[in-house]
Amino acid sequence: MTLAAEIAAAGAAAPFSPRPWDLAAIRRDFPILDQRVNGAPLAYLDNAATAQKPAAVIDAIAELYRHDNANVHRAVHALAERATVAYEGARERVRGWINARSANEIVFLRGTTEAINLLAYALGGGWSAGERVVLTQMEHHANIVPWQLLRERAGIDIGVLPVSEAGELDVNALPALLERPTRLLALTHVSNVLGTINPIADIVRIAHEHGVPVLVDGAQAMAHQRVDVQALDCDYYCFSGHKMFGPTGIGVLYGKAERLAALPPWQGGGEMIRRVTFERVRFADPPQRFEAGTQDFAGAVGLATAIGYLDSLDRDALARHERDLLGYATERLDAIQGLSLIGRAADKAPLLSFLVDGVHAHDMGTLLDRKGVAVRTGHHCAMPLMDFYGVPATTRASLAFYNTRDEIDRLADAIDYARGVLA
Amino acid sequence: MTDELDDLYQEIILDHNRRPANFRPMPDADRTVEADNPLCGDRLSLFLKLDGGRIADISFQGSGCAISVASASLLTERLKGATVAEAEALFGTMHAVLTGEHEPDPDRLGSLAALAGVRRYPMRVKCATLSWHALKAALGGEGAEDIVSTE
Repeated sequence: MTLAAEIAAAGAAAPFSPRPWDLAAIRRDFPILDQRVNGAPLAYLDNAATAQKPAAVIDAIAELYRHDNANVHRAVHALAERATVAYEGARERVRGWINARSANEIVFLRGTTEAINLLAYALGGGWSAGERVVLTQMEHHANIVPWQLLRERAGIDIGVLPVSEAGELDVNALPALLERPTRLLALTHVSNVLGTINPIADIVRIAHEHGVPVLVDGAQAMAHQRVDVQALDCDYYCFSGHKMFGPTGIGVLYGKAERLAALPPWQGGGEMIRRVTFERVRFADPPQRFEAGTQDFAGAVGLATAIGYLDSLDRDALARHERDLLGYATERLDAIQGLSLIGRAADKAPLLSFLVDGVHAHDMGTLLDRKGVAVRTGHHCAMPLMDFYGVPATTRASLAFYNTRDEIDRLADAIDYARGVLA
Repeated sequence: MTDELDDLYQEIILDHNRRPANFRPMPDADRTVEADNPLCGDRLSLFLKLDGGRIADISFQGSGCAISVASASLLTERLKGATVAEAEALFGTMHAVLTGEHEPDPDRLGSLAALAGVRRYPMRVKCATLSWHALKAALGGEGAEDIVSTE
């Protein structure tokens, strides 16, 4: 078999035959869920921060280090070939998962944050003072601060698309913001604070009508839905492995081939060049142009395994289960006196941010933890959004497909307990 | 309170959170310090009026979690009428206790000993130290206004 054929075989999705939806069996796939915290069974409701890993992912990484570890793309010995096939097979697997046209459109990076920094650097290098990037009020700091750094370097402007009280983007305000000299629209697919799922395909169409390319931060989307970058028609899409049941340290930047081809490199080093003399250097084509130095190929294999795991699940049953959990959690929390939910978008991922009268979010976090319920508290790296709602901090329960109605009940009971302590 | 949380949310902490002492503005303060912890959104202003080497009046305002509010409340209760030297010494003692460097001595600390439970919650220590850092800035600052931040 040729190397290319081996890579294609390594990256191919298994024939689709989802296993029957069995929540108890699915939970057993995630070893970490089976533990007690402060004397109570763990209810892990902090999935938007990082998702847990199925044993298949943990084992795949360990297996690679036990049997196939060698640096990719460099040597010609057997282990190097195996590692290269595994790494490039992972790229092909990611391509298929998001329906990119070519594996060359898949750049492996450390995560969403690094992908946005890469684009702010490589795209922004060609921008002039006064040109504009448009963001939204609901962005994570990862999609704000890299553009502010660019503003300091190059004097660009930053435009902001507003959100409504319910937590939905004001798409009607978009065309005015996209007028010249706007160079890019960069926005999140799913809000990490509100759960809002933005209508990306519609937004991309409007942006393209104005000749503006679109970068989508998919960090919060990948755990909940199948993303098709060709259907969205976005120019760039990025996400992190660890939020979709893969390992930390690996993430993906997708870019349309012609977009990536136009970008200069952003880090120099081994593996991103074609030829180097002391007089000049010729850079490699994408994706290698953006992968300087030894890459996290074990992470890439872990990510591909996570994709394989997600592929084995019944997507329709998973979506039904997540909708049921969100509906049930909304109902339970709405029934708690003094609790107000922030973010009531019609199209919403299973994530609930809330405030409780008389209980500061950090006291809430500590008190829920005493009952084994793990949530995030604070500003969620989205301070401009918190300012919009006029709150310093919220409590956020973010769900994954392995969560249960029983865990929602325990969350609601623990909130009552916290109110009792501080009342 | 009935359970294992006694060490952090003791009744005295909960009381000071519900009804903080010296919770009022002081328009004629000699020293005003704004303190915040951007990570959790806690924000408070500490006001001092000095009379020679003595703290003639002390108060605070702001919003925060139960631990930070109770800590500020207990601080003002303890230091009203104290000398500046006593306040500086108490800052050193409390900082060491809250960060777990020294074991608390209940006889010396009195009601402040209730704050010591926080040292077992590393993620919450900065809630308790916020007002004490504000105090240190207020004692050391010659200017009328200062800003401190813990995170």
